[in-house]
Amino acid sequence: MDVRAQPQPSAFAMYRALVGIGVVCGLLIVAVYEGTKPMIDANKAQALERAIFRVLPKAKASRTFVPSGDGFVSTKGPAQGERIYAGYDESGALIGLALEAAGMGYADTIHVLYGYDFEAQTIAGLVVLQSKETPGLGDKIEKDPAFLKNFEALNVQLDGQEQGLAHEIVAVKSGAKTKDYEVDGITGATISSKAIAALLQASASRWVPRLRARRLDFEAQAEVQP
Amino acid sequence: MSSEVMTSPTDEFLKGLWRENPVFVQVLGMCPVLAVTNSAINALAMGLASTFVLVMANAAVSTLRNFIPKQVRIASYILIIATFVTIVEYVIQAMSLELHKALGAFISLIVVNCLILGRAEAFASKNTVPRAVLDGLGMGLGFTLALFCLGSVREILGSGALFGFSIFPEGYQPWVIMILPSGGFFTLGAWLLIFNAFAKRRAARLARQEPAL
Repeated sequence: MDVRAQPQPSAFAMYRALVGIGVVCGLLIVAVYEGTKPMIDANKAQALERAIFRVLPKAKASRTFVPSGDGFVSTKGPAQGERIYAGYDESGALIGLALEAAGMGYADTIHVLYGYDFEAQTIAGLVVLQSKETPGLGDKIEKDPAFLKNFEALNVQLDGQEQGLAHEIVAVKSGAKTKDYEVDGITGATISSKAIAALLQASASRWVPRLRARRLDFEAQAEVQP
Repeated sequence: MSSEVMTSPTDEFLKGLWRENPVFVQVLGMCPVLAVTNSAINALAMGLASTFVLVMANAAVSTLRNFIPKQVRIASYILIIATFVTIVEYVIQAMSLELHKALGAFISLIVVNCLILGRAEAFASKNTVPRAVLDGLGMGLGFTLALFCLGSVREILGSGALFGFSIFPEGYQPWVIMILPSGGFFTLGAWLLIFNAFAKRRAARLARQEPAL
């Protein structure tokens, strides 16, 4: 006869079973977490690295910066909060910066990484880091080549006072792009396209004036590098 | 021991693949079946992750079947299942972030897949460890097979590709609806139709043979 079929097991038996299983399971999870953490961190760092070089196609090396007071300082290791990645060419000259931006999409917050080219004053590339847009429609913002082409040279020139962008980044209907600060939208993914334009506008108008004013912070660090 | 008719170990394994296929016959675990089968690779990864959890949970439940009092068995099973799901989630993250991104919340939702709790309660808690493992393996692979059947059809029609490789000529216009949720229902309906037609023919054949015996 099965033990479980007996009428009343003691309270201790129930207690022993639940606590025992709980403790063993807890230990198991901690062990797996500790065991896989280095690999997960390495994967994340590698994915970020790849994304940085995709949004700054001309860059060969990168460094991480964090805001400090008015300016920016270089940091090593995992930094908390806002981070800015600077990309350099072979000779160590500054090419541009990669920034993270986020904004509400159709389904959930969209996280992107975009590259800012100092020389051309344009957005040089965009990678969607995280999104939950509708498969088949909204998720085209991640891989549609025609849409991503918008961000190979998107004008983010500053206005006369160097306080904001000269032109607002706006999404227009698919194929209606005439200005270099307009984003050609995707048919069937209007909200997602507009969300990308809006989050870029919000992030670029906030950061680009500040970054241009403090360009030396990123240059100086580059010279230290061998 | 169970009061069920004793079956051979091979049969314990094979029943999950076809005769008692968790998706096409038992129609269990529909949430991941409909949600993650928009491409073949997602379907395969989800199926294998579920199989791992199913086998490990069956083994653990079967091992502990005399240790867990009846009154707290469901809580204990959920605890065991949740542990293995968490492990799978970390392992997938360590293997590939891309895959983890694609499967998203559905990995965590393996915890509430009624197929796994169902096998723990209906089979593993009444059978020896080797049989429970075989049952888990069979059911898991049957689940994977079913997910793959759905995922490949939906990817071929909805994206014109299989495993990301384009298989149609350039001008093919993908049926976007197939990778949207409604496409999942269409595909599942079509597969169930095929399976039921087979089951009917098999039953008819058995009925014809019966008088001859």
